[in-house]
Amino acid sequence: MGRDTSNVSLARRAYAIRRNALLMGEVQGQGYIGQALGAADVLAVSYFHALNYRADDPKWEGRDRFLLSIGHYAIALYAAMIEAGILPDAEIETYGMDDSRMPMSGMAAYTPGMEITGGSLGHGLGIAVGMALGLKRKNNPAFVYNMMSDGELGEGSTWEAVMSGVQWKLDNLIAIVDFNDQQADGKTTDALAQVPEAGRWEGFGWFAQEIDGNDMDALVAAFDAARAHPDPVPRVIICQTKMCKGVPFLEDREITHFVRVEPDEWARALTILDEDRPDE
Amino acid sequence: MNDASLSRRKSKYTPRTVPVSEDGSKLTTSAMIASLDAEGRETVAAPFGHALVDLAKTRDDIVGLTADLSKYTDLHVFAKAYPDRFYQMGMAEQVMISAAAGLAREGFTPFATTYAVFASRRAYDFICMAIAEENLPVKIVCALPGLTTGYGPSHQATDDIAIMRAMPNLTVLDPCDATEIDQVTRAIADHPGPVYMRLLRGNVPDVLGEYGYKFKLGKAQMIRDGRDVLFVSSGFMTMRVLDAAKRLQADGVDCAVLHVPTIKPLDLETIAAEAAKGGRLVVTAENHSITGGLGEAVAAALMRAGVHVPFRQIALPDAFLDAGALPTLHDQYGISVDAVTASVKAWL
Repeated sequence: MGRDTSNVSLARRAYAIRRNALLMGEVQGQGYIGQALGAADVLAVSYFHALNYRADDPKWEGRDRFLLSIGHYAIALYAAMIEAGILPDAEIETYGMDDSRMPMSGMAAYTPGMEITGGSLGHGLGIAVGMALGLKRKNNPAFVYNMMSDGELGEGSTWEAVMSGVQWKLDNLIAIVDFNDQQADGKTTDALAQVPEAGRWEGFGWFAQEIDGNDMDALVAAFDAARAHPDPVPRVIICQTKMCKGVPFLEDREITHFVRVEPDEWARALTILDEDRPDE
Repeated sequence: MNDASLSRRKSKYTPRTVPVSEDGSKLTTSAMIASLDAEGRETVAAPFGHALVDLAKTRDDIVGLTADLSKYTDLHVFAKAYPDRFYQMGMAEQVMISAAAGLAREGFTPFATTYAVFASRRAYDFICMAIAEENLPVKIVCALPGLTTGYGPSHQATDDIAIMRAMPNLTVLDPCDATEIDQVTRAIADHPGPVYMRLLRGNVPDVLGEYGYKFKLGKAQMIRDGRDVLFVSSGFMTMRVLDAAKRLQADGVDCAVLHVPTIKPLDLETIAAEAAKGGRLVVTAENHSITGGLGEAVAAALMRAGVHVPFRQIALPDAFLDAGALPTLHDQYGISVDAVTASVKAWL
């Protein structure tokens, strides 16, 4: 069992993920820090409550597959995988550097534990469909999680995969939608009609839950329900998250897809985060 | 709109009479499933489908996927033999390709089929990023390559090789006949990387058997030798140039045929060595646009190798082609045996 059995609280894990992400952002002086801070709670519950994995064996056949369709969220996933011990702390300093195992956009060939090459949006869910089919062929009980963004709901290929998941009764497929309502040019909901989101997935036949993605208890309950749901249908957890969550002065900044952080603000953000460090 | 497209558009709307061939039969639009060059030849039914079924007997990792075109890519033969290893993905090429990538990630060897236009144009990004970038062993097998249907540009993949050749890691194949399709299917199942294969389906002519040919991945091979012309050809155009070579022989023109079923990686060594022998007009022949296909690949290879020889290209024009009957279209666009023969005579 790789599932976390330590007594470290999920809140503390989320704090550590945010801290790792800020440290990496500071290394490059940039990064998708808004997304990383917003999704830290989702990743904490994924890696320290839901997922089955072995930190020292990222290719372990029994692992739950966690696909990062949104390649630009790599900073967030690295932060989580560092906290999980899949990647070493020492490599934080290499983030985005030449020859780093942690490039700015997530790619399978670079990083242990990175299942797919994301970044061209609308790819992850389709690959997840194929992996879920493959696991069933092998009678492997693992789950496939596909972490995606609200912006990817604009890609037609996402909806091909949504229909396919239902067609093949993929009860081992769990989509996680990070719904922060931001994409490159502005609000996602201003670009393509996106509401009511859960109803749309339910209409296609998915077991859909829509929750506050920064509420730890709600996340735990939703992941548990997604795994335990008895019907032979794929599952989606739509996580309403707040960009930059955990660093109030960034939360209050005019929120954009790519949050600008001044050089001196990284240390300030870390200080603020540390002031509210949860207990283990 | 420019003048050329305007005049073309006008002519489309001019009332017509029923066209009739020399023997008095009607020249109807070829069905998409029509077999090419089958008349008067030995044919083999569904060579790809049967080869895959045969392979699957000993290869548990082989699975088949299609986007609503199993019957039109001969994958229905596999689907019937191995229903639990067949995935009907619906009319959804993007998820078919992505799912094939996912299955490959889980250790399977997926054969994914559709028409060449849909794989190369619609699913390109998914082949590129989900499969080729990861070098996954997905085999994309596509019917209706080049000008093998009279349905017009929506179904005529005159640009597929140009598109696919640009993709790193991807092996691009254009087999000639039933014998070769059988051999290619087996060879690509053993190849560790991704493959794009052009497919002839239905009753596929069998012509290379008489030359004792055996497919080797990545190798161009001489089918016949000759002193005056060196044809460098792929796909069914190898059948055409072999026929043309026989006709030209009767006129005292001695033609060699170098068959190049592997478009990428191209067998530069063999092509350059044959061309460098000198004294021959080099004529590339392909069922593809003159832009970005075998002809340009060979021309570039010869230039890089410092081989400077007389060079001509038989290929489809860089244009959206007309609808109609295939024999008419093949004559019109210069890839019929008659047209090839006439072109070579004119060039000599």
